[in-house]
Amino acid sequence: MGAEQHPDDLEALTRKAEAAVAAASELAELDATRVAYLGKKGKLTALLKGLGQLPAEQRPAAGAAINAAKQRLSEHIEERRTELERAELERRLSAERIDVTLPGRGLERGALHPVTRTLERIGTIFAGAGYRSAEGPEVEDDRHNFEALNIPAHHPARAMHDTFYFDATRLLRTHTSPVQIRVMEREGAPIRIIAPGRVYRCDSDLTHTPMFHQVEGLLIDRNVSLADLKSVLHEFLSAFFERAVAIRFRPSYFPFTEPSAEVDVECVICGGGGCRVCKNSGWLEVLGCGMVHPAVFEHAGLDAERWTGYAFGMGVERLAMLRYGVDDLRLFFDNDLRFLGQFR
Amino acid sequence: MRVSEQWLREWVDPGLTTQELASALTMAGLEVDAVEPAAPPLRGVVVGEIVACAPHPAGDHLQICQVDAGGDGPPVEVVCAAPNARLGLCAPLALEGAEIAEGRRVEAATVRGVVSHGMLCSAAELGLGDDHSGLLELPSDLPPGTDLYIALGLEDTVFEIDLTPNRADCLGMIGVAREVAAITEAPLNVQRPPAVGAGCEDRVAVELAAAPDCPHYCGRVIRTINARAETPLWMRERLRRAGIRCVSAVVDITNYVLLEFGQPMHAFDLGRLAPPVVVRRARSGESLTLLGGESVALDEEVLVITDRSGPIAFAGVMGGASTAVSDETRDVFLEAAFFNPATVAGRARRFGLHTDASHRFERGVDFAIARHACERATSLIIEICGGVPGPLQETSELSELPQRAPITLRRERLEGLLGWSLEPATVSAMLKRLGTEPEETPFGWRAQPPSWRFDLAREVDLIEEIARLYGYDAIPEHPLQAPLHVASAPEQQLGSEDLRQTLVERGYFEAITYAFVDPALQQRLDPECPPLSLANPLSSELAVMRTSLWPGLLKAMQHNQHRQHERVRLFEHGCVFRGSLDQLQQPAMLAGACCGPFYPEQWDGSRRGVDFYDLKADLEALIARTGAASEFTFQGARHPALHPGQCARIERAGRPVGWLGTLHPEHAAALELQGQPVLFEIALEALSEAELPAFRPISRYPAIRRDLALVVADTVPAGELLKAAQAAAGSLAVDAVLFDVYRGQGVPEGSKSIAMGLILQDYSRTLRDEDVEQAMRCVVDCLQSAYQASLRGE
Ligand SMILES: [Zn+2]
Repeated sequence: MGAEQHPDDLEALTRKAEAAVAAASELAELDATRVAYLGKKGKLTALLKGLGQLPAEQRPAAGAAINAAKQRLSEHIEERRTELERAELERRLSAERIDVTLPGRGLERGALHPVTRTLERIGTIFAGAGYRSAEGPEVEDDRHNFEALNIPAHHPARAMHDTFYFDATRLLRTHTSPVQIRVMEREGAPIRIIAPGRVYRCDSDLTHTPMFHQVEGLLIDRNVSLADLKSVLHEFLSAFFERAVAIRFRPSYFPFTEPSAEVDVECVICGGGGCRVCKNSGWLEVLGCGMVHPAVFEHAGLDAERWTGYAFGMGVERLAMLRYGVDDLRLFFDNDLRFLGQFR
Repeated sequence: MRVSEQWLREWVDPGLTTQELASALTMAGLEVDAVEPAAPPLRGVVVGEIVACAPHPAGDHLQICQVDAGGDGPPVEVVCAAPNARLGLCAPLALEGAEIAEGRRVEAATVRGVVSHGMLCSAAELGLGDDHSGLLELPSDLPPGTDLYIALGLEDTVFEIDLTPNRADCLGMIGVAREVAAITEAPLNVQRPPAVGAGCEDRVAVELAAAPDCPHYCGRVIRTINARAETPLWMRERLRRAGIRCVSAVVDITNYVLLEFGQPMHAFDLGRLAPPVVVRRARSGESLTLLGGESVALDEEVLVITDRSGPIAFAGVMGGASTAVSDETRDVFLEAAFFNPATVAGRARRFGLHTDASHRFERGVDFAIARHACERATSLIIEICGGVPGPLQETSELSELPQRAPITLRRERLEGLLGWSLEPATVSAMLKRLGTEPEETPFGWRAQPPSWRFDLAREVDLIEEIARLYGYDAIPEHPLQAPLHVASAPEQQLGSEDLRQTLVERGYFEAITYAFVDPALQQRLDPECPPLSLANPLSSELAVMRTSLWPGLLKAMQHNQHRQHERVRLFEHGCVFRGSLDQLQQPAMLAGACCGPFYPEQWDGSRRGVDFYDLKADLEALIARTGAASEFTFQGARHPALHPGQCARIERAGRPVGWLGTLHPEHAAALELQGQPVLFEIALEALSEAELPAFRPISRYPAIRRDLALVVADTVPAGELLKAAQAAAGSLAVDAVLFDVYRGQGVPEGSKSIAMGLILQDYSRTLRDEDVEQAMRCVVDCLQSAYQASLRGE
């Protein structure tokens, strides 16, 4: 009788099904096994359909046994599925392994020129103190470059400038100081500016290039003093070199400032002990500065009794050389990629 | 200015060491550039007297000298080739084991069979000048055996002072001494030279015919001098330490007085002078042969000293050859004059000259010193060359001498400008030390500038002097107090920093090239824009101002290609110069130049070369920063520097603002550039104006994309076609993309296929098929009629 055979059938069938599940090595195979036993026409499903042939009192127990077997099988199939999926993922992951040490692809970043980088830093430092940037033309006239700066024709200071001329009155500016005059004429006082730019001198050797960069600074207000100037330049130099540097002010001469000073910073290479760069003096000359000369105010149409101010000028290449340890000025204008590439 | 410390200390001796003195000068504004020993470290060199002298048996102009080296020992036997070795001569003797110039050691040596136990030396061998023609002749009163260092006072230091142009007063020892006295408060020990009485009545008539140029002229006749007299060693040594060459006794004496008092002097050979002497402006057509033999053509700009023959000296610059003192000179006429700085300034330079005299006169010589200088020179000439002096002649136009008005110094101004207050007594004392004879007033001081300080004329000049003497370092630092205003941050203006940064991120390196370029290269790349020429270029290759940044960038590219850089990406930001001098434009430009592979060499990247479209993308990235991309267009055009088929003019709102293209192959070949360089240049101003972002609502309805493949003639610009398509689709078209351009099989010769996608969207509803179909029909119809475009495959 079917009724007697049933438990054995169930057990054998279940064993067979479990074996098939365990043997399935791919998800598709496992799926086929599931359909073969648990699908609508599956073998275990078929047993349920055969329950009708059993006596009514046996049906609940037999039905429960079949359902339990189905449930177990279903769970085993899910377990196996998880296993197979994990194995599949492992296979994929291992197939997709790459060499992470290969360099990245695409364009590399370029770099700003060290002079620009230095100009931008100087600009940022002064912007923090409220100095705005101003510009002026590179082809200048004699008036702005010399006359209005209290350097009349034949003044000995002109000889120190080695000027490039176009004609008797037009020239390449020899310093950024003419921007002082232009801003005073255009805007009047008070003024708080820096004027970065290219300047030109007819000179070329180991330590001079015919074109170089300066940053001019100008502050005009009421009651501006030499003590203020000393403070701002000390703070600037400390900010630029990112350390508390010692500085000294030496009297000097510029026709457009008085009192005039040259500013030395304690040698940033040797710390003041003396080295080749500072010619064993322990000091490096980095800036020229002074109080705006009354004659300059007069030339620019400002009242020298009412206003006082200070001006300063610095060589950008010089500062860049000290900051980055560049030992040859001419490298700045060779534009060699082996040089430019060092300032990324 | 080279200053002997020994000499300086004779005139003023502060209690400072050499280094302290150098530092005090530097910190007072007389920058000491170098502190050098006056002589090399000589050891074992003594005064020797030749007590016997015999020719060497081997001849050859050699002599065997017995030299008394002092002490009780026998004379030293020395073999010597010098022509002036003679009995009784005192000369430096380097003993065996001595050290002379350049570290040379002297050992006993056998010369043609005779042992020389030392060496008699020339000045050059001791590092005391460049004379190696014979032995250095020492004064005969020096005891033999004296160490040469002591005998010649070689234990001295020379300060090399880098004087600023305002301090002409320190171009003489007297000025440096005054300065040291002022800064150290040490007493000044300078005597006025005593007047020399006249021994004869001879004079030379002097006329000042240009009194404003020369208001004061001191002259003096000195008769029957010995022009061949030797300049004494002490004077030669002082001149040497000051860096002045010895010429002859009379010239050396005038140079010596120049060093002492800063007063340039000149001595005329009176026998060759035809009085009267007239100081006047030269006349056009006159000429003058200078001491050096060079002839200069004169004009009214030049002040000259003349006699009856015409100009005999370039006043304040250089004497003339015709009246120069020579060995044969018997009588001299000395000149010590004051020439107006404005008269001399620039004149020497005009003729390519720069002399000790012109250097001083154009900066200003003490107008009260000429007389003293003349007396000093007279007494030195008589002492050294003998002779009989005439009376000192002074010819003056007093009203034309520099007028020195008293200067008012206000205490309030002094303290305001320095930001520091000083005791009035301190200020008074300082003004006194400066020689200004100050007078106190209710508001400060009144001070009379001394005749030697041409740089003291207004209040601020005195303020600087006070600051200098007080010490710049003693003035405290004081952070400026000012109102704190909030700075603006304009959003519609792009700084060059932003644009430079964009290029750097895209793999460019910034170059900085000279603004003057080779005219030939300039002409090659931009022939239509005549460049501005420098009147005095550094070289013919740096002779004209650039009209474009390309010449400089291409030169930099060449430099790198020559150094094995196949791939170069450079940009520059700078001014160019266009138009005539009177209508010059100096716009700032941004330019780029690339060549070689697009990507740096890498493990799987393509090795394709950089091309037009890569740089166009870089430009588009720059343009994108303006937020106004739609205003920019690229028009096919021609530029002499660029490939005619790969060249675009960049326009913003229809205005030309730049160029983009491949370098013309002819130029690439001429510049020996490899790898098809591509260039761009755009006016910075065109990129500096940015649009403020303005929000538009985002549609909530889905977008629909329709692709079209069209066949058009090859000459139809794709960009234009795309724009036309978008326009034809109307307001529904939110975007249009071009995703393929194809030529070849399936497309007729002379045509191309362009594939584009149109993205359509509405803000108020989901689009229906018929909306889309209608829009696409419009596009096709429009492109058909405007460009004879046909749908591909039809
Ligand atoms: Zn150092």
